[in-house]
Amino acid sequence: MDNAAEKKLALTHFWVAFGAFGLAAVMGLYQVIERSGFFGFLESREVYYASVSTHGVLMGFVLTTFFIMGFGYYVANTTLRLPVWNKTFAWTGFGVALTGVVLAALPLLLGQASVLFTFYPPLMAHPIFYIGATLLVVGSWFWCVSMIVMYMQWKKANPGQPVPLAMFATTANAILWLWTSAGVAVEVLFQLIPWALGWIDTIDAGLARTLFAWTLHPIVYFWLIPTYTAFYTLVPKQAGGFVFSDEMARAAFILLVVFSLPIGFHHLYMDPEQAHGWKILHAVGTFVVTLPTFITGFTVIASLEIAGRLNGGKGLFGWIAALPWNNPMVLAIILGLLMLIFGGFGGLVNASYAMNAMVHNTAWISGHFHLIFGGTTIIMYFGIAYYFWPILAGKPLFCPSMAIAQLWSWFIGMVIMTTPWHILGLLGQPRRIDSVNYNNLLTISWEPYEVTMIFGGLILVVSAGMLIYNLYKTHLGSESYQGEVEYAEPIHAVKDLPGYLNSFTLWNIVIGVFMLIAFGYPILQFFLMETFGSGRWGV
Amino acid sequence: MHIDKLEKNWAGISLGIAGLFVTVILGSAFFHGIHAPSNVETIDSAKLHLSAEFAEDKLGVERNPNGSVTVRMVAGRYGFYPKDLTLPAETAITFRWVSLDVIHGVHMPMSNMSTMIVPGYVAQVSTVLHHAGDYPLLCNEYCGMGHAHMWSNIKVVSKAQWDALNTQGGANHG
Repeated sequence: MDNAAEKKLALTHFWVAFGAFGLAAVMGLYQVIERSGFFGFLESREVYYASVSTHGVLMGFVLTTFFIMGFGYYVANTTLRLPVWNKTFAWTGFGVALTGVVLAALPLLLGQASVLFTFYPPLMAHPIFYIGATLLVVGSWFWCVSMIVMYMQWKKANPGQPVPLAMFATTANAILWLWTSAGVAVEVLFQLIPWALGWIDTIDAGLARTLFAWTLHPIVYFWLIPTYTAFYTLVPKQAGGFVFSDEMARAAFILLVVFSLPIGFHHLYMDPEQAHGWKILHAVGTFVVTLPTFITGFTVIASLEIAGRLNGGKGLFGWIAALPWNNPMVLAIILGLLMLIFGGFGGLVNASYAMNAMVHNTAWISGHFHLIFGGTTIIMYFGIAYYFWPILAGKPLFCPSMAIAQLWSWFIGMVIMTTPWHILGLLGQPRRIDSVNYNNLLTISWEPYEVTMIFGGLILVVSAGMLIYNLYKTHLGSESYQGEVEYAEPIHAVKDLPGYLNSFTLWNIVIGVFMLIAFGYPILQFFLMETFGSGRWGV
Repeated sequence: MHIDKLEKNWAGISLGIAGLFVTVILGSAFFHGIHAPSNVETIDSAKLHLSAEFAEDKLGVERNPNGSVTVRMVAGRYGFYPKDLTLPAETAITFRWVSLDVIHGVHMPMSNMSTMIVPGYVAQVSTVLHHAGDYPLLCNEYCGMGHAHMWSNIKVVSKAQWDALNTQGGANHG
C-alpha cells in the first residue's frame, strides 16, 4: 500500500502535538518551582498565570487534538486500507487548527489571556484568544468529517461486515467530539466572542458554566479514546497475544460515548446556578460511565495474560513477568494501568456528591487530573509515538533503551509530583495559587509537599526532553526502516455482529435524548428566570 | 456474537460496584441531608450595595429566633467580607455568599463549608462546625492576579463562649 502521503499527514500532526508538549512541560517545571516560594527571584504572578494558562491550553487542547487527528488519519488509512479521503480537506483542517493555535498563543504569551484554559467569564481575555481557540476546534471538525466519511465509504463497500475495531473506536471518538464540542462552541460563539468584541455588554456566568460543563467531561474521553484504542488493538499484538473480546471492546466504546456526555454537572456540584435534582441525575450517570472502564480493565488485562502465557509465563502471576517489559507500548500500558488504579480511586471521591465538598477546587483536583491525564492517557500517547514514529518516518527508533528509561521516569516523576499534590488538597490548599500568603499555621504543614513536588517536576521535564530528543533523532536518522502498523486479532473471530455494535445510528438518537433530558431544562431555565449578567473584568 | 462467561460475570460485578456507590450517594443525599449548594437564586451582583440583604450594614452574622445562625458574606477581589468572624460550634449555620465581581470559590479547610460563588447568583451552604479554633476562609477558584491573596478569618468558639460574647456585644458587629 502506497501511503506516503498519509504518513506525512500523520507525522506532521504528531510533530505539532509533541512540540506543544515539550514547551508546556518546561512551563510546568517553572510553575512547580515558582509556586513553592523557595526561589524569590522567580516569583511573578503575571508570568505564573500566563504560564498556567498556556500550559493548560498546550497540554489539554493542542497536544491532544493534534495527536488524536494524526492518529485517527493513520488508523483509518491502515485499518480500512483506504486512502485518506480528500487530502486537501484534511490539510485544510490542519491549517485552520494550526492558525488557531498561533492566534491564541499571541495573547497567551503576552499575558493578555491569563484566564486559564477553562475561560472563567466574567474574567475577559483578548478576543484573539477566543477566536484562536474556536479555529482550533473548527479545524478538528474537519477531521471528524474525514473520519465519518471514510467509515461510511468502507461500510458501503463492505456491507454487513464488522468495521475494524480500531476504526470503530476512532469513528466513535469523532462522533463523541462533535457532540462534546457543541457546548463550548455555543458558549464561545454566542457569549464570549460577542462580549469580548463589545457587541453585548454582559455575560451570564451561570449559563457559561453550564455550557462549559457540557464539554468539560466528555472532552476527557475524547483525549482518552486513542489510549483505549491502543489498549485494545495495538498492545495485545505488541505483547505477543490476542484481544480477549472484540465485542466487549465495542460495547465499552459505545458506553463511553453515550454516558460520558450527559454527566458534566459533576463539575458543577458546588455551583449555585443548578438545582440538586439535576446534579444527582448527573452523579448517577457519572457512576455508569465507570462501567466501560471496569470492562476495559478486565478485557485488557485478560489480553495481556493471554500474551504472558503464550510467552511461557506460568502460575497465578508468572505471566506478568513473562510480558515483554522492554517493549515501549507494553511498558506504557503497565505503568498507565497502575496510575489508572490510583487515579480512578481519586475520581470516585470527586464523583461522590458529598465527599467532593472536602476536595473541591483544592490541590487534590490538580493532582488527580495530572495523574489520570498526564499519567494514564499521555503515557500511552508516548507508547504510540514510539511505535508509530519509525513507521511514519521510515527510520528505526534512535534509542529503544532511552524510550524505556523515559517511560519509567515519566511514571516515577508523575507519582512523586501528584502524591504530595493530593495530600496538599486534603490539607486544605486551594488549587492554582502562585504563592502562599495566608497568615495561618496550617500553611506550615504544606511546605514539605511543595518541596517534594519540585523533584517530581524536575524528573518529568527531563523525561519530556528524552522523548523529544529520541523522536527528533529518529526523524533525522540515516538508516531506513520498513514496517506497518499491526493490529491485534481477537481470540474469537468476530462474525455476525448485531447492528447496534457495528453502527452509531441508534446511539446518536440515544445521545440526543439523553442530552435533551440532562441539559434541556438546565439550559432553558436561564431564559425562564430573571438573570443578571456580568460586565467585563480584567485579570 | 461471542461473550465469554467470565466477562459476563465481570460486567455483573462492575454493575454491582457502581450500583453500590450510587446507593450510598443517593442515601446520603436523601436521608442525611447532605447537599451541595444548589439554591438557584439570582441577584444583581452590580447592585449589591443597594440590595436589602447584602448592603454593607447587613453583612455578617445574624442570630435567628430558633437558635440557628445566618452568615451573609460578600466575596470580592481580594477578600471575603466581613474579614473577621466569630462563629459558634455545634450550631446550625447557613452561609449566604454573593460575589461583587468575578467567579470565586470558598472553602474552610477541615470542614465541609465549600461553595462556588458565581456572580449573579446567591450560593447558600448549611453546615455545623464541630471544632473550635482559628480557620482561614480561602479562595479556591482563580479570580485574577491576587487569587492567592484572597482569604479571611473565622474563629470558631464554643456555643457558651459565643453566647457570652454576643450578650456583651462586640464579637460580630460588622
